Amino acid sequence: MTFINYASREINCKIVYYGPGLCGKTTNLQYIYEKTNPNAKGKLISLATETDRTLFFDFLPLELGTVRGFKTRFHLYTVPGQVFYDASRKLILKGVDGVIFVADSQNERMDANVEAIENLQGNLKAQGYDLMTIPYVLQLNKRDLPNVAPAEQMTQLLRKKGEPVFEAVASKGVGVFETLKGVAKLVLQELTKTG
Amino acid sequence: MAAPDIVMYEEEFNKIKQIISKLRIDANAKVVFLVDKNGQQIAAQGEIENLDTTSLASLTAGNVAATDGLARLIGEKEFSILFHEGERDNIHISIVAARVILVVIFDERSSLGLVRLRVKKASNELNSVFTDIMDKVEKERAAAGAAFESPFAEITDDDIDSLFSE
Repeated sequence: MTFINYASREINCKIVYYGPGLCGKTTNLQYIYEKTNPNAKGKLISLATETDRTLFFDFLPLELGTVRGFKTRFHLYTVPGQVFYDASRKLILKGVDGVIFVADSQNERMDANVEAIENLQGNLKAQGYDLMTIPYVLQLNKRDLPNVAPAEQMTQLLRKKGEPVFEAVASKGVGVFETLKGVAKLVLQELTKTG
Repeated sequence: MAAPDIVMYEEEFNKIKQIISKLRIDANAKVVFLVDKNGQQIAAQGEIENLDTTSLASLTAGNVAATDGLARLIGEKEFSILFHEGERDNIHISIVAARVILVVIFDERSSLGLVRLRVKKASNELNSVFTDIMDKVEKERAAAGAAFESPFAEITDDDIDSLFSE
């Protein structure tokens, strides 16, 4: 649900990073935070446990510049990945404009990836959205680890609707901005469609 | 899309600013601001120079969403008022027009009773403004029908690419 303010000429969009526990959602946000020009970003807020596991969400506001005279603001959120935080995940999807699914490329996390995508589909539905129509991209993270599944195999297993797929190493920043740009593009394209 | 976009027009935006500015004075508050339930700030008035209003908006919405979840768990529809008491400053949060969050930050120069009283009055006024906005959006959509002209219909791939040109 994009918020368009004609008075202050702003478009506000909400992007959510989704994925299984420890897949690197917060790491994506941290890298974006580190690499963004200070004028273009707000504070990175992390509601995390003492061991740095996301408890409720991380939040990063980004200002990307103007399109057709409108300032575009993206609000990036992550969800807690651990299975038992499902109630929180549902809340964060409220009003979402675009979703990035961060998949963990390690072989032993494949079941967790599949489970998390199913969870995403269910939770989107509960908020009245459909994964098939919402702006959505898939990120295959942790490509630098030794025990990863081949990208083609993961794409075949996890891709839902021909969405863009990005390979990434979030801890080193590889593919992080490409993924964000991919989803931002889809969200803005959605705006060009008639209301 | 599941729900219509929120669209804010100049006329209503000015009305909203007037209402919350008046509320700030009447309630003797430091800051008054309005947030959409999804965490987008709509308007803010008062001592906001040293305040991170974007984060405040997102955390407030998270807070309200979590409290809504709690309410449903115990069989309530919602908790329409939240109050956080601090050593110096306090935050009063209430829901307006079922979809907007009104936040009042105040210190010892005011009191919870006064804030509640003034918020009640302002809520009624805000309610009618938001009803107007929703009517207006509906009407424009209906009038334009399928030909509803999005102001962004002409965004090109180049426009989008240039956002990421850094």
